[in-house]
Amino acid sequence: MRRTPRDSAESSRRMTRRGLLLGGAQIAFAGVLGLRMRHMQVDQAAEFRLMAEENRINIHLIPPSRGRIFDREGRVIAENEQTYRITMRREDAGDVEEVIGRLSALVDLRPEDVARALEEMRTSPPFLQVTVADRVSWDAISRVAVNAPALPGVYPEVGLSRFYPQHETFAHVVGYVGPVSERDLARYEDPEPVLRIPRFQIGKVGIEAKFEEQLRGSAGAKRVEVNAVGRVMRELDRREGEAGADLQLTVDSELQDYIKARLGEESASAVVIDLEHGDVLAIASSPSYDPNKFVRGISIGDYGVLRENNHRPLASKTVQDAYPPGSTFKIVTALAALEAGLIGPDETVYCPGHMEIGSRRFHCWKRSGHGHVNLEQSLRDSCDVYYYDLALKVGIDRIAEMGRKLGLGAAPDVPMSAVTAGLMPDRDWKRRERGAEWRIGDTVNASIGQGYVLTSPLQQAIMVARVATGRAVEPRLVRSVGGQLTPSRGGAPLDIDPAHLRMIRKAMFVVSNSRRGTAYRARIIAEDMRLAGKTGTSQVLNRVVRNQDVPWEERDHALFVNFAPYEAPRIAVSIVVEHGGGGSSTAAPIARDITLQALYKGTPPLEAYPAGDRERIQAQQERLERERAERAAEAGRRA
Amino acid sequence: MSYLEYTVKTVPSGWRKVLYLNWPLIILLTAVACVGFLMLYSVAGGSLQPWAEPQMERFGLGLAAMFITAMVPIWLWRNLSALIYLAALALLVAVELFGAVGMGAQRWIDIGFMRLQPSEVMKIALVMALAAYYDWLPMKRVSRPIWVIAPLILIVTPTFLVLTQPDLGTAILLMTAGGVMMFLAGVHWAYFAVVVAAAGGAVYTVFLSRGTPWQLLKDYQFRRIDTFLDPSTDPLGAGYHITQAKIAMGSGGWTGRGFMQGTQSRLNFLPEKHTDFIFNTLAEEFGFVGGFSLLVLYVLILMFCIVAALQNRDRYSSLLILGVGLTFFLFFAVNMSMVMGLAPVVGVPLPMVSYGGSAMLVLMIAFGLVQSAHIHRPR
Repeated sequence: MRRTPRDSAESSRRMTRRGLLLGGAQIAFAGVLGLRMRHMQVDQAAEFRLMAEENRINIHLIPPSRGRIFDREGRVIAENEQTYRITMRREDAGDVEEVIGRLSALVDLRPEDVARALEEMRTSPPFLQVTVADRVSWDAISRVAVNAPALPGVYPEVGLSRFYPQHETFAHVVGYVGPVSERDLARYEDPEPVLRIPRFQIGKVGIEAKFEEQLRGSAGAKRVEVNAVGRVMRELDRREGEAGADLQLTVDSELQDYIKARLGEESASAVVIDLEHGDVLAIASSPSYDPNKFVRGISIGDYGVLRENNHRPLASKTVQDAYPPGSTFKIVTALAALEAGLIGPDETVYCPGHMEIGSRRFHCWKRSGHGHVNLEQSLRDSCDVYYYDLALKVGIDRIAEMGRKLGLGAAPDVPMSAVTAGLMPDRDWKRRERGAEWRIGDTVNASIGQGYVLTSPLQQAIMVARVATGRAVEPRLVRSVGGQLTPSRGGAPLDIDPAHLRMIRKAMFVVSNSRRGTAYRARIIAEDMRLAGKTGTSQVLNRVVRNQDVPWEERDHALFVNFAPYEAPRIAVSIVVEHGGGGSSTAAPIARDITLQALYKGTPPLEAYPAGDRERIQAQQERLERERAERAAEAGRRA
Repeated sequence: MSYLEYTVKTVPSGWRKVLYLNWPLIILLTAVACVGFLMLYSVAGGSLQPWAEPQMERFGLGLAAMFITAMVPIWLWRNLSALIYLAALALLVAVELFGAVGMGAQRWIDIGFMRLQPSEVMKIALVMALAAYYDWLPMKRVSRPIWVIAPLILIVTPTFLVLTQPDLGTAILLMTAGGVMMFLAGVHWAYFAVVVAAAGGAVYTVFLSRGTPWQLLKDYQFRRIDTFLDPSTDPLGAGYHITQAKIAMGSGGWTGRGFMQGTQSRLNFLPEKHTDFIFNTLAEEFGFVGGFSLLVLYVLILMFCIVAALQNRDRYSSLLILGVGLTFFLFFAVNMSMVMGLAPVVGVPLPMVSYGGSAMLVLMIAFGLVQSAHIHRPR
C-alpha cells in the first residue's frame, strides 16, 4: 500500500511530536530517579549509614570476674576457679558423629549431653560453638588438646565458676550463686545485658545475693562485625570489663569452723558478736550443706535428702528461725521493772512454787518453791514466780518497750536471707493481729519468755551485747567492700540507767559463777576470762514429763546467752540447741567452749576450765582436732 | 515515508556499513556493560568468578550478535517482523507447556547452549510487530476502532501468557511498551484517556478481588504490593529486602564507601545483589556520584535513540528505534524505582549491568536493529 505524500507528512509530524513528548517524559522520569537518589544518598545518608552500622556490628559481652569473699583474717571463703568445657563447631568438624565417637573414647561423655549437643548443632547455624561436656577435668582437657589433630572442630574452653573452699562452713552466711533463671530476670525491670550471657552466675541467697551488685562488677564488651546470618567476620575492638569488688567479712573462719565441729550433729545455732564494733565473729547453723553442690546444679536426689532431714540443714537458723526465748528473757523483764522504778535490787518476793492469778495457777519450775528471792537470786535460780510478780506490776507494754530497746521484735540489719523480726508482743499487736484483748495471763507467760514472745539466736546475741555494753550494738557482718571499710556498729549509748545494767550483769555473773547458779557447772575459772550468762529452756509442748522420756521432736529447746569477760566484756554469745533439753545442761557447756575459743583466738589452755572438767575437755579437744584433720584431708581429696 | 519510496542506492553496502554504524551508541553500551563487570567483580568479593567473567563472555557474544543484526538491511527485518512475533508467541506457549520452573515461575526453556527466556524475546518481537503494523497501516485509519483492536490483540495475547508464568514485571513491561508504541503511531488521544480510566477501574477491581474465590493476583503478588506500600509491616520477611536495599543505597552518601567496601553487599544483607539489586551495590560503593553517572549513561543512550529515530524518515525504523529505546528505558526505570523503594519489587533486571544472559543478548540484538535502521536509513 503506497501512502500519499500528505498522509506521510502528517504521520511524520505526529510521530515527531509524540516522540519528543515521550522523550521528554522519559528524561523527566530519569530526573525524578536522580532526585530520589540524591534525597536518599545525600539528605538521608547519615540515617542510613547508622542503620548499616547497626546491621553490621554486634556487641558481645565479656563477663566480669566476680568479687571474692574473705574472712576477717583474709582467709578465702568464696573464689573463682577455672572450669573447663569441651565445645564443638559443626562446620569445622565435618562428620560430627564420627568426631564425637572419637572424643568419647578420650573423655567420659554423658549420653544426654551428647544427645543435646547433637540436637543443638543440627538446629543452629554451622559456625556456632556448642558445649558437649561441661566441668571436665584438667586431665580430660589435656587429653583433648594432645589429640587435637584427630578432633577437628573440637575446642576446649576455659571459664570461671564460683568455688567455696570451706564447703559447709559458711553456707548459711554467704549462700551460693547459680545460673540466671527466668525468675531472676523477671525481678528486674530492665535486666542488665550481662545477665543474658549463657551460664552467667548470680547470687541466689545470702551475702552472694545481698551484695550481688558490688560482687558482680561490670561486663566488658567487644564489637564484632557480623554478616547477614550472624557469623562473626572479625573483631573490631574490645573493652575489658571491671572485676567485682572483693568483700571482707567480720567472721573468723577458724572460730566458725570450731563452732561447726562443736555443734556436731545437733540441730543448733550459735552467734558470737564482738562488742567493740558489733562484728559478727561467728554465725553458725548446724547441720549445714555444701554450697558448691548448688553452684554445679544440685541433683534432685541430693536436694531431697537435704529437704527431708528433720534437722533442717537448709535453714539458716541463726536469723530465720525464732524461738520462745524462755528464761533468757527474764533479763528484759527485770530491766523493765528496774527502769520503771517498781523494784529495788534487794526487794524480795516470796516464791511458794506457784502463783494464783485470777482463776489460774502459774507454776514455778521448782515445784517446792524458792522462798524469799531478790533480783540477783531470781536470775541465779531462774525463779519464775518472782517474774510473775514483776509482770503484774510492770505490764506488757513496758516489757515490750524494753525488749525493743534491746533489739527484739525487729529484724536485725544483716545481709543474710530470710532474716526474721521475731515477735515482741504488746496490747496493740494482739488487738491488731489476733483480734482479741490482751489478758493478764499473756503478760505472765511473756515475762518468762514463753507465750507469744519469739526471738532469733542473732537477736538474743544482740540483746546480750547491749546489756553488756549499754550501747545499741548492731551486728556488722561485712567489714569492707572493695577495700572500703564499713562504719563501726558499736552503737550509741542506750537510754537505760547504767546502774540497772550493772545490776543485771552482776546477776548474770552470779548465774555462772555462784555455786547455786544454774550455769555454775559451765563456768570459766581463768580470772580475766570469766563469763556471765543466762540459761533458758523453752517449752515446745506444755507437759510435765521429763525430756529423756519423749521423742526428740517434742523435747524442749536449750538456750544460753552470755558475755565475757565479765570485768571488761569483749564478746557476746548466743546458743540455741533445738530439742536439746535444758539450757544449763546442754547449751551452757557449748557456750563456754565457744567463748573460750573466741577469747583465746584458738584452742584455750585447759587451766581455763574447772579442774574436774579438764580430763573430759581434753578428750573433747582431741576428738574435735582429729575430726577437723579428717575433714581437711577429705576436702583436699575433693579438690 | 516508507523505504519503498526511496532508492536504496544511497545506502552503504558491504563492509562499508561498519563505518556508518552509530559508534557513540556502541561506546555508551560498552561503558554501561563495564560498570556491570566492575560491580559483578565486587559482589563476588573481588573475583571474576562466578559472575564477572561469564558476563563478559556474554557481552562479547551480544556484541557479535549486534553487528550481525546491524548488517542485515532493515527492510528485511521489517518483512520478518510478523514471523518473529509468531515465533516468539509459539515459544511462550511452549514454555507454558514444557518450560522449566525457576524461582516459582515457568520462564525459560533449555535450548542446549543457553537457557532461552521467550518473554525476553517477546519484548523486542512485540515492538517489531507493532512497528511493522503501523508502517503498513495508512495514517487515516490509525484511529479507527477496528484498526485499534488488532494491535491490542497483538499486545494482550503475549501479556496474558507471561502473566500466567507468572511474571508480573515482564507483563507490565509488555503492556506499557505496546501502549506507548500505539501512542507514538498516532492513535487518537481519546483511546488513551479511556484506557487510563479503565486501568484505574481494573486496579480497583484487583484489590477488590483480594480474598475472594476469583482473586486476580497470586497471594505473593499482593504481599509484594503490601510491603511496597509499607515495608515496615514485614520487616523480617518481604519488607526486609526493600529495607536492606534502601540502607545499602542510602549509606553510600555522596561518594560511596569505596570499591569493595560496601558492608551491606559484602556481608550479604543485600538480597539478589548480583541481579535485581546490583544498582544498590553500585550506589553503596560509589555513592551518589557513581549512581548518578550510571543514570546519565542510560539517559545518553536514550537520547541517542530518540535523535536517531527522529532523524530517520522511514516510519518502520523510527517506530522500531523509539520502541527499543522505550523498552530500554522501562528496564532501567522500573528497576531503579524498585530498588529505591519507589515501586514494588517485580523482578526487572538493570539493563546491561545485572547478571543474566537472555536479557543482555536480547537487548544487544535490539540495539543491532537500531543500528540496522541507522545504517539503512533513507538519505
